[in-house]
Parts: sequence; C-alpha cells; structure tokens
Amino acid sequence: MIVYTFDRTLNGLLSAVFDAFSLHEMPEALLGAGDPLPLFYDRIHEVVTDEEKAHRVWTGLEKKLSSRGLHVISVSYLSELKELDIHLFKYICKVFKYTGALSLERNFSDEDVLFCTNTCRRVHHEALRMKQFLRFQKALDGTYLGVIHPDQNVLPLVIEHFQDRFNDQCFLIFDARRKYGYYYDKQAITRITFAEGQALPFDLETGKMDEQLLAENDKIFQVLWKTYFKAICIKERLNPKKQAGDMPRRYWKYMTEKQ
Amino acid sequence: MLTESTIEKLRILTESAKYDVSCSSSGTVRSGKKGMVGNTVGGVGICHSFADDGRCISLLKVMLTNYCMYDCAYCVNRRTNDIKRATLSVSELEEIVMEFYRRNYIEGLFLSSGVVRNPDYTMERLVRIAKDLRTIHRFNGYIHLKSIPGASRELVNEAGLYADRMSVNIEIPKEESLKLLAPEKDHKSVYQPMKFIMQGVLENKEDRKHLKHVPRFVPAGQSTQMIVGATAETDKDILTLSSALYGQPTMRRVYYSGYVSVNTYDPRLPILKQPPLVRENRLYQADWLMRFYQFKVDEIVDDAHEQLDLDVDPKLAWALRHPEQFPVDINKDDYERILRVPGIGVKSALLIVNSRRFNRITSYHLKKMGVVMKKAKYFITCGELTNLFSGPIIGVNEIQPERLRPLLLSSKQKKEMNERKQLTFDFGD
Repeated sequence: MIVYTFDRTLNGLLSAVFDAFSLHEMPEALLGAGDPLPLFYDRIHEVVTDEEKAHRVWTGLEKKLSSRGLHVISVSYLSELKELDIHLFKYICKVFKYTGALSLERNFSDEDVLFCTNTCRRVHHEALRMKQFLRFQKALDGTYLGVIHPDQNVLPLVIEHFQDRFNDQCFLIFDARRKYGYYYDKQAITRITFAEGQALPFDLETGKMDEQLLAENDKIFQVLWKTYFKAICIKERLNPKKQAGDMPRRYWKYMTEKQ
Repeated sequence: MLTESTIEKLRILTESAKYDVSCSSSGTVRSGKKGMVGNTVGGVGICHSFADDGRCISLLKVMLTNYCMYDCAYCVNRRTNDIKRATLSVSELEEIVMEFYRRNYIEGLFLSSGVVRNPDYTMERLVRIAKDLRTIHRFNGYIHLKSIPGASRELVNEAGLYADRMSVNIEIPKEESLKLLAPEKDHKSVYQPMKFIMQGVLENKEDRKHLKHVPRFVPAGQSTQMIVGATAETDKDILTLSSALYGQPTMRRVYYSGYVSVNTYDPRLPILKQPPLVRENRLYQADWLMRFYQFKVDEIVDDAHEQLDLDVDPKLAWALRHPEQFPVDINKDDYERILRVPGIGVKSALLIVNSRRFNRITSYHLKKMGVVMKKAKYFITCGELTNLFSGPIIGVNEIQPERLRPLLLSSKQKKEMNERKQLTFDFGD
C-alpha cells in the first residue's frame, strides 16, 4: 500500500496528482501531513506542494472539463472535508485517464464523481444559509458587523453577494471558526485577521458587538425585529421540527431573533 | 423617529398580516446598482428566518393598516371583529424596511392593507410607499404589493412600475361560496386586477422589444392564494382552478392556506380544532406535480377521486391507480417517464439520465444518488432488478396496488388508520 501525504491545500492535491502520474503509481491513501498513518503500508511519498506542477495539472483539467466541472473541484474543496481528498484525487486521475467522447464529470454512477458533486452542492447549500442567516449590527461609525460560524469555508463564496447588495455601506463579515473576515469600505474588499491576543470589538461566543460601540438606534431595530419574529408566527400551526430543519440550531447563536 | 408605540403598531399589523401565506422573494434577478441599496437574487429567493410555526420569513410581511370596511367571514380583520387596530405612518414603515434590509433581516417588503374609504384610496397609499422606497430611499430590493380588489387600472399600472410581484387573493375558489362568506365581494373584483396586471406585463414585454430602456413591469409576475377548509370546495375544484391560473402567462405561484379558525363565532364557518395541515400539504404536492413533474390536473384528481388521498402523496396515489404504466426501465425510458416514478425527484432523474450514457445503472447507484428505494423499487427495473437475469421481479403489477399500498404507509399512519377503524365501528342500536 502506497501512502501519499500532502499539506491539505488544493495546490498540494494537484501536485500529488502530478507526482502520481510521473511516478506511474496509484496511492491507496492520501493523508494530511501529521495525520496518523495506517497500520500497514509499503511506502510513504511526501508530496511537496509546487505551484508549477499544480498549474500544469490545472491547465490539463481546463482542457478536459467544462467550466462547470472545474467549478465542482474548486468549490468542493472549500468543504475542508478530510474524506473528500481521496475522492477528489481519484476523480482528477480518472479525468486524465478517460478517453471516451463524453464528459466524465456527468457520470454520476461513478462514486468519486458523485461524491465531489454532492460535496459541491453541500458547500453551496451552506453558502446560501450564510446569505439567509447572517445578521448585521450597526456600529457608531456606520460600519456593519456580521459574525458567522459555518462548518465549511464558505465566506469567499458569499462575499460578492453582500458587496453587490450593500454597495453603499461599510461592513465586516467575520468567520469565527476560521478567525478571518472580509472588510468592505465601499471601494474594495480586504481580507483581515486579528493578531493573537488583540482585543476584538465583539464577543466571539455570541457575536454581539460591544455596547459602547453600537449605534444608538441599533437596539430598537433589534427589538422591532424580535417583535416581528414573534408576531408572524401562527400559534395554531406550531412546528418546531420544520423550523429546526430549515434553520438548524447551530446557526442560532448569532441570530438576533434567537438570542 | 421610532418610539415604543411603533413596536406595538408593528406587532398588531404583523398579526393581522400573518394569515397571508405568500412569502417568496423569487422570480427576478436584478444586480446591485451604484447609488442604490439592494439586489434581488432570483432562483428560489432567500428566506432569512423561519418562525416557530416553520414558515419562512423572507419579506417584511405587514399591513399598512388593519382597519377595513369589509366584513368577510374568514378574515381576522373584518370590520365587526373586536381587535386592536393600528396604522403605520409612511415614514415609520419606510424606515423599518430600510433598516431591516441593511441588517440582512429581510429581502424586501410585502405590503398589503385593509380597505379604507374605497379601494382606490387604499391602493394609492400602497403605491405611494413603493414609489417612495424606490425613488427617495433608492431601494433596489424586492417589493411585493397586494393589489386591492376593485382598484382602478391606472393605479395598478403605476404600482407595477415599482413592484417586483403583485398579487390578488382569490381566497374562495367558487363564487357562490364567496358570496356566502363575503357578500360585499365577488370574483369579478378579483379577476379584474389580475387581468390588469397581466395586460400590463404583456404590453410592457412588447414595448421592451422596440425600446431598450423601458423599465420592467412586475418582473416577478403575480401570485394568488386560496383558503382551504373554510368552505365545501373539493380538491378537484381547487386544483382545476390552479391549473387554469397557471395557464395564464403571468401567474407564477398559487398558495394554499389551511383555514385557521379565527372567527369561531360565525355560524357560516366550520369550527376546526386544527388547521387542515395534511390536506394543505397534499395540495402543495399536487401543485408541484403540475409545475415541475409535467402532470395534468385531470391525472391528479378526477370525478372518481375528487379529494386527494391524505395517506399517500399524490404522485404515489397516481402510480397506484395506474399500474399499467409500470415498471419503468431506468436504463432506457424517457426522462418524463422516470420523473413519474414515486421516490424519484427532479434532481435524481437528472442524475440518472446523465449517468446512464456511461454504464448501466443499478439499484446501488440509485441509492447513492438519493432515490428513495423503499418506494421506487416496486415501480422500476434497472441494472439487476430485471426479470432477464434474476427471475421474476416483484413490482406493483405482481403485488397488486391494493396490497402494495399498506406496505408503503409508515407505521404511524397504520396505527392511526387502525384507530380510525375502531372508532367508526358501529355496534348498532
């Protein structure tokens, strides 16, 4: 059994594909560096991430797949799912080996193709949930702050939507799980991180902005929204199961109406 | 400036508006514009929250006022009801919409109103708010306006310039029932504004062919709603009307609202312990079959089956009535036929027709693709589920529909059915 280890980046994975083809071998496992190794194995190959190799593999993929197929690869990778690595790796290898006239990306009876396509769908689903459930609070200086905690790294997928929608307001959207965010200043978007130990202007646990920074009218709109949320419910039709299905509880902690 | 009284007003007017089901923010894609706030995303729209009753909150659904001159028996806001009344001022409402929108609470506004003085007076005030939002507040998000029954064509035409979607509620499918519950209304007052909206959209389409910069008129079309369970209409009456409405070029959605007993004192209305939620759900499923599964209304309900089956969904009910249509061969039959198999939806049907060009599809693949095999296995043949290799298959034709039906019910449903049988057992006198 041949084991490949890599740095769990997309470029690393593409480099692994390159190595597999140049060494004429097919690894059975693809692990992150430092992951526990399987009990028995013949040989470990440590993949060194190489921009040049990754680029060559990607250009090769561009010739073999439609833009939709490339989209599946790059978006599914945002899921950060460990299980995905080997499926994606095998999928890419199959694409290069396939010689038929059809486009392999549409063979959903293939386990790897289906897994990557479904993962891509799941990532998009969570991206939609961020568009739905993100809540902004307004600060004294007019900046809007929204904190999210998605399971998958979907922030890059949704930022354009918010920029398009709120193009005349400054806002900061922060991913509390991955500790980075995007700031929009009515001109451009910048990626920001807070240094270790630096004081955050909000509470990571609740997503609430510090009281003294909050715009003076923000409280009343929070109250109005909570009032609306309660009033719109028809008590004869209570259905907490459906509510939790459409709006999973793990997102509630940052949502104004559920705080 | 907003005060405590605004909170109370918003509460009252929301409670008055909540029985209107329409909520979607779908049907139009409009990207952001410089100097304006907002965009609309199209597709299925965005639901920003889900209330405790499980219904989605996409738009700020509110009434401008809940004073009303009509006395419709099914409506919570009827003039003779003793409820708290309120009216939001124009500036209050506009501020709430803009501030909610900027906080990503809502996709836009769904505004309706009780009828005060006369339909035109009321409609004019609704139009004014939509116009203010677009021109003064530079709001580029979603606006859904209720067209007041009996409003004039000029006002409907003006409203259409600012609204994304407009709706007029039919409420009661048959005119004689409507006359009974709402003597002051008739179907003409509903169909008239519907026609105005449709004509407006069609004329606008024609104009836009010649001139590029004509603004769009009600780009997301119109919707309507029917109350279910307040009157004696059968599902056949309701679905036949829906199907006719979908035949019109601008009708996008028909909503069904299970009647909630709001005015229990009125002898013309039934007293329901619970809104007819299962029936409502079956109607929506039937609606989906008509819109996405290429079913005709007379395939779902006919003279022999005037009501939808409450125990099984309408697609399964159809399949059990038509065993001669099965089995469907997953590897050979058309997309349309695969779509008719219970347990296979649009998503998995598309996966199937794409994949079967590469290799034969087996039940293992189907399971992986998300097909509900518990149902589907009785209606298909595929890779290994054929009678060529593995002997006779056990499908709907072998088991017989009437014996298959109980196999497909959940244990909870079976228990309920047994209880019903026991209760109706008649010992005689």
